[in-house]
Amino acid sequence: MQTSLGTPTAAAVVFFLVIVALTLAVTYWAARRTRSTREFYAAGRSISPLQNGLALAGDYMSAASFLGIAGLVALRGYDGMIYATGWLVGWPALMFLIAEPLRNLGKFTFADVVAFRLRQAPVRIASAFGAILTLIFYVLAQMVGAGNLVRLMFGVSYEWAVVSVGVVMLAYVLFGGMLATTWVQIIKAILLLFGVSLLTVLLLWRFHFSPGALYASVAAQYGQAALEPGGLVSDPVDAISLGLALMLGLLGLPHILMRFYTVPDARAARGSVLYATGFIAYFYLIIPLAGFGAAALVGRDLIRSIDAGGNMAAPLLAELLGGTPFLGFIAAVAFATILAVVAGLTLAGASALSHDIFTQAIRKGHASEQEQIRVARAATVAFGSVAVALGILFKGQNVAFMVGLAFAVACSANFPPLLLSIVWRRFTTAGAVCSILSGAILSVTLILLSPTVWVDLLHYPAALFPLRNPAIVSMPVSFLCGIVASLLTREPDAEVRFDDEKLRTYLGIGAE
Amino acid sequence: MNPTRRALLDSVEFQHLVANRWRVSLALSVLLFVLYYGYIILIAANRALLSRRIGEVTTLGIPLGAAVIVGAWLLTAVYVIWANRYYDAEAARLRARAGDG
Repeated sequence: MQTSLGTPTAAAVVFFLVIVALTLAVTYWAARRTRSTREFYAAGRSISPLQNGLALAGDYMSAASFLGIAGLVALRGYDGMIYATGWLVGWPALMFLIAEPLRNLGKFTFADVVAFRLRQAPVRIASAFGAILTLIFYVLAQMVGAGNLVRLMFGVSYEWAVVSVGVVMLAYVLFGGMLATTWVQIIKAILLLFGVSLLTVLLLWRFHFSPGALYASVAAQYGQAALEPGGLVSDPVDAISLGLALMLGLLGLPHILMRFYTVPDARAARGSVLYATGFIAYFYLIIPLAGFGAAALVGRDLIRSIDAGGNMAAPLLAELLGGTPFLGFIAAVAFATILAVVAGLTLAGASALSHDIFTQAIRKGHASEQEQIRVARAATVAFGSVAVALGILFKGQNVAFMVGLAFAVACSANFPPLLLSIVWRRFTTAGAVCSILSGAILSVTLILLSPTVWVDLLHYPAALFPLRNPAIVSMPVSFLCGIVASLLTREPDAEVRFDDEKLRTYLGIGAE
Repeated sequence: MNPTRRALLDSVEFQHLVANRWRVSLALSVLLFVLYYGYIILIAANRALLSRRIGEVTTLGIPLGAAVIVGAWLLTAVYVIWANRYYDAEAARLRARAGDG
């Protein structure tokens, strides 16, 4: 087939402009409702469970999972499906372990919960360190992905792509705060779910609505092996370690956790997880079909010739089934996806810098509303600029492992102290700081020494750490450090407050 | 802390509610772990089983993968139904006793 990928078609440009105009209009509307910190960080806690469910799904369904999993299934068959399941299973765990206490105890960030009854300054600074480390790895992968994707789809230069993502995204966050960011996520989630659904319907139509016929076509071209587990789970320890990072890393992603403060109460937080899980489950159920469809109809050779990683499988399938207009739509949706995810990450980064470090750690909670908003906006510009600079700096680098790194740091540095602070009375300041630092340092170090970086990127003959995914080591170590350091120190005040605040944790009495 | 809240905190009903909440969420978490890691370990341990054909070419692995995703969503739904029906009613009753809501 002939493809118009890489040349900006009229359809792509029109869809792209419509989406940008719509989201900027929403930002204008939101800007007039964003004056206090409560509005800037938490959209005035006015978001409904359905809206927040869509926004959570929008925050989570990144271009990496949309394009990446479709590509993985197209090129490697069933293995891509195994990977897709891992992306969903964190959501029920988030519901069972974290969501409601998080909502009841916190105000704007997950550090509010960790620091709740402990000494503010050390815990805030350590938590902000863990949060920003996670967000930097995550945003770096998004930015490099954005540069490549926009270049592949619209033919503009990498640097221009990265800068334009940065500028548009900053407009959302800077002026519209959480309210605009939430609506950008909602718009993006609806467009993405609609686009992928339409793609699947058009695909199945070709096969008379029989997935069996689709699989038969894949098997006829690439052999039965495409429908069987391949090499992904060849090392069970590594597979379980990856599963742990994907599942429990979600429980430590600052931009996801922050969304729970946008709803009025714990019951609404619960409802939003159920909606989000439903949308995300639906997404990961149908994305593999698009991947198999691309393999069957577009062909693996063509997919690989355009992008070796397979990222263009879904857009190519869209072009084949719906022509240039549909390709333009999918390209614009992919771009909106990156904008929305980067906006969410930037808002979370800004809140760690301004709310946790400036307001709570430096000013001990005493700063006027105007001053807090000013610092929050400055932090937004700072985080956004760093994201753009890193995106340009890492041009041409293979950063696919960075998302894995972000999840590994999240589940090793952010999740253990958060869970311990919710469930364990004896948890202390020293425990929190040790848990965060050990998890962060160990997960980053082990990834540097793993085959992914040590062998594949740095070209040393043998890795110093055998696993590609460090979570199975770094997360238990973080828990252990948190527990041991807590047992070696005592904070009687914190224990008394833990008991007293149970009414807030479990009944929501006095919750923000 | 005022005496009504202290009494509520020390009440059997409140402690019962908190214990129940963790019992339910831990039980569901265990089911989730068995569902997901069971699937991963099954792939690692018995690849032939997942490669078994259940249709013309469709392998058993395909519906199993989909079942993990649907099952995870169902577990979430079970928790939400339990919490909306039992937990919220009980929590509202206890809140009223504390003179709050």
